[in-house]
Amino acid sequence: MDLMYVHILLLALLVIFSVLAAVNLRIIRAAILLATVSLVTTFILFALKTPLAAIFELSVCAGLITVIFISVISLTNPLTREERADEKTKMFKRAVLLPVIVLVCGGAFYMLTKGVDFIPVAAGAVSKPEQGGMWNMRQLDLVGQVIIILAGVFGVAALFKDNKDDGGEK
Amino acid sequence: MSFESLILFKCYLITAPVLFVIGIYAIGTTRNIIAMIIGLEIMTKGVTVLLAAAGYFNGKPQIVEPLIITMIVVEVVILTISAAYIINIVKKHDSLDTHNINKLKG
Repeated sequence: MDLMYVHILLLALLVIFSVLAAVNLRIIRAAILLATVSLVTTFILFALKTPLAAIFELSVCAGLITVIFISVISLTNPLTREERADEKTKMFKRAVLLPVIVLVCGGAFYMLTKGVDFIPVAAGAVSKPEQGGMWNMRQLDLVGQVIIILAGVFGVAALFKDNKDDGGEK
Repeated sequence: MSFESLILFKCYLITAPVLFVIGIYAIGTTRNIIAMIIGLEIMTKGVTVLLAAAGYFNGKPQIVEPLIITMIVVEVVILTISAAYIINIVKKHDSLDTHNINKLKG
């Protein structure tokens, strides 16, 4: 029973921090709130007995992605005064509207889940995760991941390549 | 015990789509490119939670673990390329507002 309350508390925190990240006008604050969302997701993944994924989530999503976000924010110009004023007028609307939408959607999804007749495995009966599932059962995923990372590296290299023709035109 | 698991499963089943809706809302209501990417990240968090819950309540969390890790890798690569795009866009248009980015080359 206690475990159930922990899960529900973590899920509530996840939704609250996500709403705060979505409505925040200051991008740097939104990025930090997103890191908090990742942190809460890490706890949820630990509670759901996927520790390797939880560690990935913590190190990559809460760490690396936040660093990338803050680097991008510091490399780009902040919003102009006009843009910020325009955004501020919408801030109140967004801050009020999003919780209402969340409540309505939550209610709608609750009604939808009433018809679910799936019988889940009891929480205590879930086996201890086997070590090496990643390496023994899904080796092809690793190849895919390496290819995706390489694609990302080539993509970034292509985007930051000095284009002499463009420089000449300017 | 099974009743508790069912309630918990339904909680996850409700929360994950709600997170997805929050992400869609964040993307739809802003004109700032970085805020849009933050919305995309919130959407992927919803998918991550749903995947983990699916594995846990089927009694095989080790099956979904590699899928979640693959998704995190894809997420990071998408974010990195988006960051590179954003920096290039700001260099060219000097704005993060999508309304100002309306000139296409070619």
